[in-house]
Amino acid sequence: MWAILSILVENKPGILFKVTHLFRSRNFNIDSISVGVTDDENYSRMTITTYGDDKQIIQIVKQLDKMIDTVEVKQLDEHKTLFRELCIFNIKLSSASDSMEVNKLVNAYGGKVHDVKKDSLMVELTATPAQIKAFEELVKPFGIIDVARTGVAALQRSGA
Amino acid sequence: METMTGAKALMTAMEKEGVKQVFGLPGGANLPMYDEFARCDIRHILVRHEQSAAHMADGFGRVSRKPGVCFATSGPGATNILTGLATAQADSAPMIAVTGQVPVAMIGKDAFQESDIIGMANPVVKYSFQPRLPGEVPEAVRKGFYIAETGRPGPVLLDIPKDVQQNEAPMDFPDEFTIQGYHPWNDPDVASVQKAVDMLVNSERPIILAGGGTIISSAFAELQSVAETLMIPVVTTFKGKGAFPENHPLSLGPIGMHGHAEANKMMAEADCVLAIGTRFSDRSVGTFEAFEKRLKIIHMDVDPAEIGKNQTTNIAVVGDVRASLRVMVKLLLQRSLKKSEDSVWIKHVRETKEYWKENLKIHPGEMGAAKILRKLRELLPKESVVTTEVGQHQMWASLFYDVIQPGTFFSSTGLGTMGWGFPASIGAKVARPDVPVVDIAGDGSFSMTENSLATAVLEDIPVIVFVLNNSTLGMVAQWQRTFYDRRMIGVDQGGCPDYVKLAESYGAQGIRAQSMDELDKAIKSALSSDVATVIDIPIDPEEDVLPFVAPGTSLSDMILPS
Repeated sequence: MWAILSILVENKPGILFKVTHLFRSRNFNIDSISVGVTDDENYSRMTITTYGDDKQIIQIVKQLDKMIDTVEVKQLDEHKTLFRELCIFNIKLSSASDSMEVNKLVNAYGGKVHDVKKDSLMVELTATPAQIKAFEELVKPFGIIDVARTGVAALQRSGA
Repeated sequence: METMTGAKALMTAMEKEGVKQVFGLPGGANLPMYDEFARCDIRHILVRHEQSAAHMADGFGRVSRKPGVCFATSGPGATNILTGLATAQADSAPMIAVTGQVPVAMIGKDAFQESDIIGMANPVVKYSFQPRLPGEVPEAVRKGFYIAETGRPGPVLLDIPKDVQQNEAPMDFPDEFTIQGYHPWNDPDVASVQKAVDMLVNSERPIILAGGGTIISSAFAELQSVAETLMIPVVTTFKGKGAFPENHPLSLGPIGMHGHAEANKMMAEADCVLAIGTRFSDRSVGTFEAFEKRLKIIHMDVDPAEIGKNQTTNIAVVGDVRASLRVMVKLLLQRSLKKSEDSVWIKHVRETKEYWKENLKIHPGEMGAAKILRKLRELLPKESVVTTEVGQHQMWASLFYDVIQPGTFFSSTGLGTMGWGFPASIGAKVARPDVPVVDIAGDGSFSMTENSLATAVLEDIPVIVFVLNNSTLGMVAQWQRTFYDRRMIGVDQGGCPDYVKLAESYGAQGIRAQSMDELDKAIKSALSSDVATVIDIPIDPEEDVLPFVAPGTSLSDMILPS
C-alpha cells in the first residue's frame, strides 16, 4: 500500500534528521519527502510518501505521533487530498520527429518545455506520482538523460 | 530574574527538581558545571568510566522512580554513555544525562573532544536538548525531567556547550511550560476496560501477563486485586518479574526463553491473556503464532505505539496501567464479580505448578545455581533490592530467586547490557540506603564494570556483588554446546582475575564461597558489612540454564533438563 503522510512539526533544526532517522531505525521506507515552512513560520510541514502493509502504515503513524517534535501526524486519504509533485526531465532527441513527439506528450500531460537544444530538451511536469511515472514510461524510448523530482506536496481538500 | 551562568542555572534547576546526587566524571567541556558542585548541595559521586555513571543513574531511576542524573564531558565522555542511554531506553527507565559540548562556535569544526552526541544518541533517547544560549538552560532542565518521568519513562540528554555553561544571562525558572507534541496518555477509556472485563469473565482459561510497565507504574496492589478477585493465574515477562509476589499461590513466574516451565505451559494453554505493560518481546513470547488463533489478547499499555506493534490484540486499553487496573478493580466491585477458587482451570494450574516444583531437575552438585540462589533468597530480607547482570546467572536468578516484595528486582532485560547490574546496584543503593542491595552477577559481566568497586568503596555505598563464577561467558558457551556442536570459541575467562584479591585491592571485602556452609557465612558477613563485598562462588562451567525455549519456537516447546 502506498500512503501519503502529512506531518506538522515545530520548525527547529534537527527535526528532519529525527524523522528520517525514525524511518531508518524502524525499518520503514521513505518513497519521497518534501519539507517546507507553513504560513506560520513556527511550523514546517513534511509530506512523506511511503509503502507498507496496513499494519506497517499504522505503526509508522503511531511512531511519528510518539515523536515529541511532531505536532500533528495524518495519513491522508488519496481521494480527499490534492497532491502533486514537480518533476524535471532532461530528454534526449535523436531527430526532428523526436522533438515533435515529445512535445505532443508534454502537452497531453500539461507540462512545459524548456531549454530546447538540437539533441535534447527539458520538461517541467507537475502531476501526481502515478502520472509522472506514466509520462516517464512514454518518454523512456527517446532516452532520459536525467530526472529530478521534488517529492509529493499534499493537503487535504476543504470539507473532505 | 537573577543573572547567573548557564552552569549555575543547570544546578539550580536540578535542585528545584529534587536532585540530591549526580553520578559522573569531569573533563574539559563540563568543568564549569563541575565547579558549581562547590556552591550547591548536590552530591557528586565519581565514577571510573562514564558508562557506569549512566548505569548508576539508571539503577537509581528504576528504584526511586525519579530520574537519576549522570554527567559526562564531551567527545569520548559522551560516547561512553551511549550504551547507558540505550539500556535505559530499551527498559523505559527515567534518566537525565548531561554532557559537556565544545563551545557553540566550535561545533562542526572537528574540535578536540567534539562528538555529535545529539545525532548519535537520537535513536536511544526519549528526547534531547542542546541549549544554545545560557537563558535556555532552565527550561530545558524542567522539560527534560518532565519528559523523562512521565508517560513511558526514558532517558533524556542535555548537551550543553561550554560557553553556554560559562556565559551569564538573566534566568527565569518556569513552573509552567508547554510541549506541543507531547501528550502522555494517562486515563484509560472506561468502555475498553469494561470490554476487557467481559472478555476475561467469559473465558475459561484466563491468564495475566504482567510486564515491566506494571512495575514502572507500581500497579502491584491493583494487579493482585484483579488476579485474586477473578482467580486468574499470573505469569510475568522477565522485566515484569516480581510485579506479583512470586510466593503467591496464583504466581507462576516469568515466561520466555528461560521462563519457568509451569509459566510457559500455562501461557500456552490459556485462552485469554490480560497483558499489562509489555511489548511482547521475542525473548518473552517466543512465537505466539502456534497458539494465538485461540488466544484472545487484551493489551494495556501507556504507549499507544506498542498496541499492535509486535502482537495483534483483541482489546487495547491505552493509559497508565495502574490507572487502567484501578478502573478494572472498580468495575469488578460494582458488578460484584468474584470467581470460584476451584474452577477446572485453577485446579489444573495448581497441579501443573505442583508438578514442576517436584519434577524440575536441578544441578545435582552442592554448588548448583538453584541451590546457591535459593540460599541467597533464604538469607536476604524480602525488601532487599536485587539487580542482575546479563547471562546465565541472570536467567538462573529468574528461575530460582523468588521476588517476594514487588518491585525489588531489576535487570537489563531489553538491551541485555553486560556490566549493567553492578553500577545499577550502586545507583539502587543510593536510592534505598536502608535496604541490602545485591548484584547477582556472572564473572563475564562483572569484568565489564568491576572498576565501579572504587566508587562503591570511596563513596561508602556498600552493595553486595554475588558472582556465580564459572570462568566462562556461560550463556554463549551454552549456545555453543547446544547449537554449535560444542565448538567452544572465545568463551574461556581463564580464572582471571581472582575476584577476592580484586575486591581487596579496591578496599572492598572479598570472600570466596566453595560450599553451602561458606556461602551461608559469606552472605551473612556481606549483609553486616560496612563496605562493599564481592562474594566469589565457583560453579560448574558445564551447567546449563534449563528449561530453554529455542529462538523462534513456541513456549510449549521447551528443552528440559535430562
